[in-house]
Amino acid sequence: MSKTDQLVQKLVRKHGKTRNSLMAVLQGVVQEERYLSEDAMIAVARELDLSAADVYGTASFYTFLDTIPRGKNIIRICKTITCHMKGKDEVLLALENMLKIKAGETTHDKMFTLLTVNCLGWCHKGPVMLVNDEVYTELTPQKAIEVIEEYSRK
Amino acid sequence: MDKQIKKVDIIFQMDEDCNLLDILDKALAQPADDIILDLIDSGLKGRGGAGFLTGLKWKFTKNEDSDVKYVICNADEGEPGTFKDREILDKVPEKVFIGMAICGYVVGAKEGYIYIRGEYNFLVKGLQKKLDNFNKHLKDRNLDFQIAIRSGSGAYVCGEESALFESMEGYRGEPRNKPPYPTVAGYNKKPTVINNVETLVYVTMISRLGVQKFKELGTKDSRGSKVFSVSGDTPIPGIYELELGMPLNQFVDEFADGDAKAVQVGGASGHCVPRKKFNDTIIGFEGIPTGGSMMIFNSTRSMYNVLHDYLEFFTEESCGQCTPCRVGCQQLLKGIEAVKRGEKPPSYLDDLKKLTTTMRIAAKCGLGQSVGNPFNSIVDNFREEIIY
Ligand SMILES: Cc1cc2nc3c(=O)[nH]c(=O)nc-3n(C[C@H](O)[C@H](O)[C@H](O)COP(=O)(O)O)c2cc1C
Ligand code: SF4
Repeated sequence: MSKTDQLVQKLVRKHGKTRNSLMAVLQGVVQEERYLSEDAMIAVARELDLSAADVYGTASFYTFLDTIPRGKNIIRICKTITCHMKGKDEVLLALENMLKIKAGETTHDKMFTLLTVNCLGWCHKGPVMLVNDEVYTELTPQKAIEVIEEYSRK
Repeated sequence: MDKQIKKVDIIFQMDEDCNLLDILDKALAQPADDIILDLIDSGLKGRGGAGFLTGLKWKFTKNEDSDVKYVICNADEGEPGTFKDREILDKVPEKVFIGMAICGYVVGAKEGYIYIRGEYNFLVKGLQKKLDNFNKHLKDRNLDFQIAIRSGSGAYVCGEESALFESMEGYRGEPRNKPPYPTVAGYNKKPTVINNVETLVYVTMISRLGVQKFKELGTKDSRGSKVFSVSGDTPIPGIYELELGMPLNQFVDEFADGDAKAVQVGGASGHCVPRKKFNDTIIGFEGIPTGGSMMIFNSTRSMYNVLHDYLEFFTEESCGQCTPCRVGCQQLLKGIEAVKRGEKPPSYLDDLKKLTTTMRIAAKCGLGQSVGNPFNSIVDNFREEIIY
């Protein structure tokens, strides 16, 4: 049995074999594997007795349930107006230059994916970004680079 | 100035001599109907945006004949410019739990859920620990009610109550037709109370302080206070609890940088108020209601950029289920871009305004229906900035 199959079975045991567990199971897979591979969605469908199309249909609705491969670390920079006013463009540019990718892309070594997203709920402390689940507020280009350097050493 | 803006300390207040669980015990000793009457009397309206009377919502749910009912705390907080629910869940989560438990007792629900947006995942671990502890206290009291956490995955529309239920049931977060309302058929199609995080804390604090204390604050149509998320061009951005019913000019005097040209009240789906209307705009249900988002823009900001940002937001976050909203959002965005480039005449803005009227009437949920709020208020008050 593949690692993904084992993970899905573990998650279904934990959350229960019902449709209502679908979000939690998909979130659990993304937590471990960073995205939902075809194999993962087929395994989820099998374990929850759904069609694979149905699983894909639900997953593709949600921004955080990626169905294309992502890097080990996902950087999400808030692009909403208040973060924009506080200098999110400079932060984004600094990270694009550092990682040598554009927003929406993943580095060749699969270490980082760089995304821009809607309001993260820190408008009083913009610009702000999430790296995986961690939040970093009141960013400057320098500060953002230091945070990401920290992750590349991990 | 006749009156200073009134800062209030109810939501985050932690008084030493009051054990939070005493509030719960006091409520559980009261008949359910009395609690409902108190809530209705207090005039507490939902703090999530729509502003429905909380006591009435509970009453409808209580009156439904069903073995299974649910209480859901809406912590999806996706409205741009709103960040107070996160702070509440971080600082005073027990007050939220207690509000939910009181609700469970009143309406006869056995299960409660906190639906928290995926962007706040970092909060979940700590929250779950406190929740485990609280659930034990509920068991000790023989109250047949337990609370669990469910997470979102990055979709603004899932804050809409029926989309939230769909998401919890494992489907795409597409809003349902209403009626039936959640009080009749909510989560799992069972009677459900869904309240905003802040609303639930006010329930707890009304129980603690009494109806009278709450009613002393605010106005006839907007009782009590409210937590505001203040951002944009202000020297003091942050979270403030203020009395409802304040005139916007007082707010601007207190929070803006002296050069405010507009305040966006209620987030991207709210209304833009220009400087000349600060004096006669009331923040409350009788004027402009708000889920708490107050974004201040000074004279260096382009209102075209502001509107463009909001329209991009709606275009991305529309669930796409109904045509007026899916196509409407795209056309509004393309339309202002075309006017800006001079490819369409300025009068095209009036055609676009008609489109927002169609959306208000024909869109299925509050997302599509309210796009006209920012669009019309910005286009009407800053027409030159959109055109040139
Ligand atoms: C597009 C959309 C997004 C919404 N997002 C939220 C939200 O993030 N939090 C919230 O409490 N209510 C949100 N609402 C309102 C809810 O549908 C619902 O009215 C509210 O949770 C009821 O709680 P209350 O009566 O305590 O305000 C949203 C509504 C719409 C149409
Ligand atoms: S109005 Fe927009 S968000 Fe609401 S149901 Fe229609 S398409 Fe979806």
